[in-house]
Order: sequence, then structure tokens, then C-alpha cells
Amino acid sequence: MKALLLRDLRLAIRAGGGLGLGLAFFLIVIVLVPFGVGPERELLSAIAPGVLWVAALLASLLSLDRIFALDFEDGALALLATSPLPLEGAALIKAAAHWITTGLPLTIVAPLLGFLLNLETTAYSFLWISLLIGTPALSVIGTFGAALTVGLKRGGLLLSLLVLPLYVPTLIFGAEVVRRGADGLNATTPMLLLAGITAVAFALLPFASAAVLRVNLR
Amino acid sequence: MSVWEYANPRRFMGWTAPVLLWVFGLAGVALVTGLIWGYFFTPDAARFGSTVKIIYIHVPAAFIAINAWIMMLIASLIWLVRRHHVSALAAKAAAPIGLVMTVIGLATGAIWGQPMWGTYWAWDPRLTSFLILFLFYIGYISLWAAIEDGDTAADLTSWLCLVGSVFALLSRYAVLFWNQGLHQGASLSLDAEENVADVFWFPLVLCIVGFVLLFIALVLLRTRTEIRLRRAQALERRMARN
Repeated sequence: MKALLLRDLRLAIRAGGGLGLGLAFFLIVIVLVPFGVGPERELLSAIAPGVLWVAALLASLLSLDRIFALDFEDGALALLATSPLPLEGAALIKAAAHWITTGLPLTIVAPLLGFLLNLETTAYSFLWISLLIGTPALSVIGTFGAALTVGLKRGGLLLSLLVLPLYVPTLIFGAEVVRRGADGLNATTPMLLLAGITAVAFALLPFASAAVLRVNLR
Repeated sequence: MSVWEYANPRRFMGWTAPVLLWVFGLAGVALVTGLIWGYFFTPDAARFGSTVKIIYIHVPAAFIAINAWIMMLIASLIWLVRRHHVSALAAKAAAPIGLVMTVIGLATGAIWGQPMWGTYWAWDPRLTSFLILFLFYIGYISLWAAIEDGDTAADLTSWLCLVGSVFALLSRYAVLFWNQGLHQGASLSLDAEENVADVFWFPLVLCIVGFVLLFIALVLLRTRTEIRLRRAQALERRMARN
């Protein structure tokens, strides 16, 4: 499992752009928002929690189709399926590798981008924690979507169509945590619900991903 | 003889042919009486005026929209567990009907919302949940359309339906948490103290029965079409081989 994780991480870092691309996309979306809605500081700080979360979500969507596609094409996925490591474990590791190369960097730079959008000072820690708790769920859900569409020729657009509705609960609770943080309210409830979604997604979705991968490898 | 015998495609074609006529007929009778009763023989509601009459389309359509998904979930489970092809095809057949019902529910709701709430659309929990349901239907249908091999498509869409159901339910409660809304509570429930008044209740129930029968009839019809399509494809493949 460790070997697979390290291999995936190395591939993501070395094989050109996968790591930086999501971050650059996140930055560009955040830069575009003020052009769209205008530079008023009050307006920006009011929409900042939601915009940051939506942008992070889209950025993590961007690299989903890379999770399985390359391994599927060169046959590595079929080897993984026949290896002693259960396919469920492999799906989990793939999701973890995706999170480390997209979710984690997004979480780290998010406060900087919050600065651009004039996010309330009280909200920074909430933004950071909510992304730290919530983005793993995005990766696990996305891995399921990637497993569904891996056999398709042009699955990219379909992948977003399938995965985005599944992101709704995570987004609602994640953005709610930051909004409550910005308003100085108690954010424990949405935080716990967000953590609950992540925990359930981690516990159950690798089984669905593995089942779907087996169908696609048939 | 077990009940699963009826799921054999040939038997299914056999017993559905006469049943289909009856279900269509009963659906027609229920809908015609329900709608005429509702539209011409009920008084205007005190608070809503005559706009209340859209309820005879709005509520049944919304009811079917949700239950069609539940039916797809059950059919998907049967396919995953027992590998009955008719079951997978029935789930495929039900999806576009559910999608249309969702659109009808949203559209009639918007038309009703304009005079009542002063807006066509509000980010109310029920409305939002329905919009999310609409997205789930679109995703499900496009996944069916994207995969060529029948069995693979049936497997993948069944899994999507399972996972999607969990997340649709989650979204429902997440949306409730996110925004409290304008929409009134359930129009019909067995345990509520206060339901819709009796004058509206009977035609409404008749309309719902009509919609349910119509849904069953359409699913049977579309499943029969899917089975014939499969047979035609199999024949074509055989011809191509010779």
C-alpha cells in the first residue's frame, strides 16, 4: 500500500503539471471573481466563504480523470486488480494520493486567496480547518466518479456531471463552517456534519469504487 | 413457481401485453375523473384562490418524481443481486419518466409560486432538493447513454443509483440545514393532524392514483421497447456474423 501511494505521488509530482495545475486553476478562479462581481470590499468579503469553497471544489475536480485513466490505459490497473492488495485498498490509496496532491495544497494556499477576497479575519482558521476536513471527502467521492467513467473514451465531461451533484452536501457544510466563522457564530454543528460526511465517504465509497472498477476491467 | 419467473423476458412480454392495456385504461379513467372533478367541481381555496387547482398536477408529479427514483433504486438492487435483465431495463426505462415528472413538478411549482410567493424561484429546501434530484436524473441518463455494452452499462448505472441515493438523501437534509424555506409542509401524510381539506383531498388522491398507474404503464411500455431493442441488436449482430 505504501509503495502504491509513493508511486502515485511520484507520478503526480514528476509527470508534468498535475500538482501545480489545480493550484493555478484555484488562483485563476479566485482572481476572476472580483472581475465578475466588482471590487467592493464588503461584497467580496460577504461572498468569500462560498467562492473559496466552490473554487476549491472545482480545482479538485480538474485532476480527477487522471486518477485511473493512465493506469487503465497501460494495464497497470489490471495488475493492481490481480495483486494481493484488495482493489478496495487500492481505490482508497488512489483517493489518498489524489488528496495529497490536490486537496492538501489547496488547503494550504486557501488562506492566501482568502486574503485576496477580503475574508473576515475570524474566518481564516475556519476556512483552513473546513478545507482540511472536507477536501478528503471530495477526493474519495471523485475517485468513485473516476472509477465509473474510466472505461469511456471521452469521460471527462460526464465525470463532472456525475460527481458534482455528489459534492453538494460537502459543499453546503464546508461553506457553512466558514460563513459562521466569518459571522462569529458557533460552527461546531456544520463542522461535525462535514467530518461525518468525510468519515462515511472514506468508510463506504472505496467498496463502491472497487466494485465499479471490477465491472470496467471485465 | 416463484415470482421471479415473471422476470424472464419472454414471460414478461407475455403477461405485460394484456396488463398494459388495462393499466393505461385505468390510468386514463382515474386522471380524467380526478382532473375534471378537481378543476370544475371543487371550490376555490380561501387563501390561494383558483391557483390552488394546479395542485392536481403539481403534487402527483412531484410524488412520482421521487418514487420513480426509489423504484430505480430497487430495480438496480435486484439487477446487482439477481442479474435479471428486465430489472435493469426497467430502471433504464423509468429514468426519463422520472426526469419529466421532476421538470413538471418544478415548472408547475414555478407557475404557482409567482402569484403565491411573488417569485418563480426561491432557494427553498424543497425546490433546491428537486433541482438536485433533476441533476441526479441527468447524470444517470447520460451514463446509460455513454456506455455501449448493455451489461456494463447496467452495472455501472446501478452502482451510480445506489451511491446517488445515499447522497441525494444527504443533500436533502443538508439543504434543510442550509436554508429554511417558503414551501408549505407535506400536503398528504397519514400521521398529520391537518391535511388538505376533504373537498380537495379526494380528487387529489384520485389524480395521484392516476399518475401512479400512468407511471406503471409507461415503465412497462418502455421496458417492452428496450427488450425489443435488445432483441433487434442481437439479431443484427447475428446477421453481421453470417
